[in-house]
Amino acid sequence: MRHKLAAALPAFFWTPAALAQEAQEPGIDAVINEAIAPISDAIVSVIFYSVPVFGTQFPLIVLWLVIAAAIATVYFKFIAFRAFKHALELIRGDYTDPKDAGEVSHFQALATALSGTVGLGNIAGVAIAVSIGGPGATFWMILAGLMGMSLKFAECTLGVKYRNVYADGTVSGGPMYYLSKGLGEKNMAGLGKFLAVFFAVCCIAGALGGGNMFQANQSFQQIVNVTGGEDGFMADKGWLFGLVVAVIVGSVIIGGIKSIARVTEKVVPFMAVIYCTAALVIILANITEVPTAFAAIFTGAFSPEGVAGGAIGALIQGFKRAAFSNEAGVGSASIAHSAVRTKEPITEGLVALHEPFIDTVVICTMTALVIVITGSYSNEAGMSGVELTSSAFESVFPWFPYILAVAVILFAFSTMISWSYYGLKSWTYLVGENKTAELVFKLVFCIFVVIGSSMSLGPVVDFSDSAIFAMAIANIIGLYILLPVVKKDLASYWARLKAGEIKKYRTAWLIHTE
Amino acid sequence: MTDTLLAGIDGSEDGKRAAEFAAARAKAAKARLVVAYVIEWSPYTFNTPEENEMRHKRREEEIDRAKAQVLDPLVAALKSSGIEVQGLVRHGHPAQVLSDLAGETGACQIFIGRRGISRMAALLFGSVAGTLVQISPVPVTVVP
Repeated sequence: MRHKLAAALPAFFWTPAALAQEAQEPGIDAVINEAIAPISDAIVSVIFYSVPVFGTQFPLIVLWLVIAAAIATVYFKFIAFRAFKHALELIRGDYTDPKDAGEVSHFQALATALSGTVGLGNIAGVAIAVSIGGPGATFWMILAGLMGMSLKFAECTLGVKYRNVYADGTVSGGPMYYLSKGLGEKNMAGLGKFLAVFFAVCCIAGALGGGNMFQANQSFQQIVNVTGGEDGFMADKGWLFGLVVAVIVGSVIIGGIKSIARVTEKVVPFMAVIYCTAALVIILANITEVPTAFAAIFTGAFSPEGVAGGAIGALIQGFKRAAFSNEAGVGSASIAHSAVRTKEPITEGLVALHEPFIDTVVICTMTALVIVITGSYSNEAGMSGVELTSSAFESVFPWFPYILAVAVILFAFSTMISWSYYGLKSWTYLVGENKTAELVFKLVFCIFVVIGSSMSLGPVVDFSDSAIFAMAIANIIGLYILLPVVKKDLASYWARLKAGEIKKYRTAWLIHTE
Repeated sequence: MTDTLLAGIDGSEDGKRAAEFAAARAKAAKARLVVAYVIEWSPYTFNTPEENEMRHKRREEEIDRAKAQVLDPLVAALKSSGIEVQGLVRHGHPAQVLSDLAGETGACQIFIGRRGISRMAALLFGSVAGTLVQISPVPVTVVP
């Protein structure tokens, strides 16, 4: 997840834009900011309430997410490791009934959910974690990523189990449905309904802010950076950039223009592959440095030097990055995973295990290794965020910043498409599913693209950031109550799998003669 | 038991020609003919969440369209020549689906058309006929 930077380092990204904007149009921005700042500040300070731990601030929401992840890991007896291989077979389609060809496959559901989480957080957020927490933050980030897998498993299983399937075969699922229906089954209908509505409201705010305005703003900053910075042509053309992006987003989500969606579908995974390949090449080119880097990561995890808060400081940064990046416990991905075609909700949960794995354990770790190996984190200039990652890659591939700029914009775009859907589903959960309501939300979403890229609305974005994590408050309370339901289904599925009742279709296909 | 022949079609003239060719062979051999319309689809694509949500509905629409516009009229026309014809619609990679169907229907031969693509195009996009020839469990007749 990429919007986390706003909370982590508000000044880092917002200051330049704020200065530029104040010079030209002090009116609108300032008025909105002033109006919203007190409310925003109050909510942000509650959601991101931090306690000082050994000289650094530890946001309790991170603790909330990590504790839930740890409990899920132990409660499901390390399902992430037990089912790792089986989940890969599910993704490959080994267990998919050939009669379901043409329906949403496990791979497609996972890919769609991943495109909502992989992005700027994997590029910029990791840089922030390593520059503040030192190389040791990587260790804790991987650990938290591994634990997040079990939490993601639980929420995605529930998303499929309690989804609505309509007469024409279309589906609606996600935390708002499992919170209301699942808790209803447990005679907690009132609490379930409250949590579901709370979740949906936060999800809408998060979708418009972190999933939209922040993305638009970040991409625009990248455009400004590669077109000559603050003096360049694009510096004061935020509205223009916003309009263009809004039209493209609108043509996909309102117009249903397949070709644009097709192009991004092809290009986004391609960018992710290029990014990881470049990282691997850098790692291999510096193979002699790898043992040193791993030593730095391990010693840094337990006894770091020059890190505020020592080992705890590194741990906080690592945990924070993992939680913010893979969104395990937030509940967002559960909405995307619910579309899969399967008779066994557990299978989609198992497939979803790989989401935090790919996002955090693979991609975030790649970024961290490049930054640690190239030694860029100990820079004199005090770089952080995209800038740090960019310079780490640049030290080996001088042309990489341009690729990175394109990657950031494409990742931002695919995140917007995903979050527009998450917001839409929450909106229709609240107001009812009809075409007019959907159109209204989609139009509002497009307008927010323009607002996000043309204005420096720091407080608004901080607020929407906190909204995304407020989703986790409602979602995790519900998860604690519903964990036994998942455990029961898992036990049943696992027993049938071991007994050979759940059979592979792929092997059957190989026998052609009858 | 009578032999079964399998013809793969995709809504193009080439496919129709292959089915007609297969029908003539079926008539001569007093064999049963299975005509399969394969809708190209892969489980490994990247979709938007909304596409995933609507997928089941779209799939039904694709199958209905394939039947109404191509398969049913073709099957009716072939039946009129006095042979037993069965029509099927499947999603997937055409070559893989036809190869699997040969096993499923017990067909002893597969008939397909060809698009007549250049070597470069085949290299870039793959050739259904070329792939099927390599993976098919039964002889394949490619109708030009």
